[in-house]
Amino acid sequence: MRSGSNLERVLEAGHFAVTAEIGPPMDCNGDVVLEKARMLRGCADAFNITDCQTAVVRMSSIASAVLVMREALEPIIQTTCRDRNRIAIQADILGAAALGVRNCLCIAGDHQSFGAAGKLKGHPGAKNVYDVDSIQLVSILKGLRDEGRQQGGDEIEKRPPLCIGAVWTPMGDPIDFRPWRLAKKVEAGADFIQTQGIYDMQLFRQQMKRVRDMGLHEQTAILAGIIVPRNFGMLRYMDAAVAGVSVPRELMKRMSAARDAAGEDKAQARRNQEQEGIKIAVELIDQARETEGVRGVHIQAIEWERKLPEIVERAGLLPRPPVSAEA
Amino acid sequence: MIVAERKPLGEIIGFIEGFGRVLVIGCGGCATVCLAGGETEVRIVGSALRIAARKSGRYQEVLEDCVTRQCEPEFIEAVPERVTGQSVDAVLSLACGVGVNLLAERLGDVPVFPGLNTKFLGATAEPGVWVEMCAGCGNCMLHLTGGICPVARCSKSILNGPCGGSSDGKCEISPDVDCGWELIIRRMERLGTLDKLREIVAPRDWSSSPHGGPRRVVREDLRQLAAEAEEERATAA
Repeated sequence: MRSGSNLERVLEAGHFAVTAEIGPPMDCNGDVVLEKARMLRGCADAFNITDCQTAVVRMSSIASAVLVMREALEPIIQTTCRDRNRIAIQADILGAAALGVRNCLCIAGDHQSFGAAGKLKGHPGAKNVYDVDSIQLVSILKGLRDEGRQQGGDEIEKRPPLCIGAVWTPMGDPIDFRPWRLAKKVEAGADFIQTQGIYDMQLFRQQMKRVRDMGLHEQTAILAGIIVPRNFGMLRYMDAAVAGVSVPRELMKRMSAARDAAGEDKAQARRNQEQEGIKIAVELIDQARETEGVRGVHIQAIEWERKLPEIVERAGLLPRPPVSAEA
Repeated sequence: MIVAERKPLGEIIGFIEGFGRVLVIGCGGCATVCLAGGETEVRIVGSALRIAARKSGRYQEVLEDCVTRQCEPEFIEAVPERVTGQSVDAVLSLACGVGVNLLAERLGDVPVFPGLNTKFLGATAEPGVWVEMCAGCGNCMLHLTGGICPVARCSKSILNGPCGGSSDGKCEISPDVDCGWELIIRRMERLGTLDKLREIVAPRDWSSSPHGGPRRVVREDLRQLAAEAEEERATAA
């Protein structure tokens, strides 16, 4: 046991793990985080707290994580390489560990130009950092935890007990190289992996076959990413615009059929699509469970967190296994 | 080369409109090659400034010059004399930032304004298109990446790429930007060296880059030679 985190315990006990996501607000209203936490309590083993996702300024991941812990949820803080150099990252990680955080997900982070997408202005003129990349970040955390050493070489006394996570885009381009990049993350020290959202289960299974052939599934816990589709437009957008996400035509057809079945009744069309979206999400979770080498799911219901309990319930993953939260 | 692009004329006019006699000075090096600040562009900018002055009823005299390279002290030796001799009130440099800096250090109380935006170290991709290829980070790692630079050509300067934002060979920031890591992988495939990318590249030491503070290169052997030549001259005299 490296971190004693609930997530690590669930995985070590051989349970199929469930993680979900909580997006902090764009202001300092902690009640928003607390409310989401109360709503989601018990429906996942740990909860990712995003770190200025899509390069939009939001309440910090660590601060939100502390709020979430007040409601007895276990957070997974996310740390991007975009906004902080190795000095700031290590300082934040040590601080988070002192505050009781036990899981950290290491990511490159969306480029700052993303922040100006949609209606938001974001900060596309910001200077980015990228002092280290996500793989190097994993190795830095491992160095702090296992060797008691900062990246620069200075030794530390109390080591942060962290369960170290990384992300994987199995169907990203160039697709042949993706299992190798996963291997680098595992070698760097990733204890668990959360994948980009998967709709094309067939292609994902092909990639998982390569991962199994490389033995990677035994060295890390791979959690398949499930992004709950809410309507046809969202599916179409993800298929067209989100790197590494492709949506099979059949799923698109199901969603458009659900929409069209309501005729002119827009409210009904919305409800139909939402129902179909939840059904698709539950099916994807089932298929992920049946995929050899997959040890859990990471469910994202973006701006729709209230539906998570229902989805996890319908997937037959409730109640979550009772392992105590702290070692 | 250093790739630069002319500033909008309105911005340039804003710099110099209060001065009576302005010297526009181009550069025969990179700025000429990238068609931003050579002899031709000096003439164009000079004419544009004269037209603008006349249209707004300002008195302004615009002189023109172009030196071989504004980044070499010996090529700009004559500039201070001309500025003083012809009572130039302000200089507009059409060189990269290096030229502007060097002139500014040598021109006493006469202001030097930049006529170009210095963009990057790059190459001509096609007529009218230049792309960045080197970040000048001071510790070249191209031997690890098939000659394609991840620092300059990956939007996140990722050393163990590609990130999850690579799609159809393009970067997540724009369909106009190639994914540097896709280029690296394809190149190394052709070279048969893709296996090298299995190794994790450790966090790098950026102290050789601009993050380490203003940089200088010192070649002691050349300094020694120069000192010896100086000594010989002194002895001969």
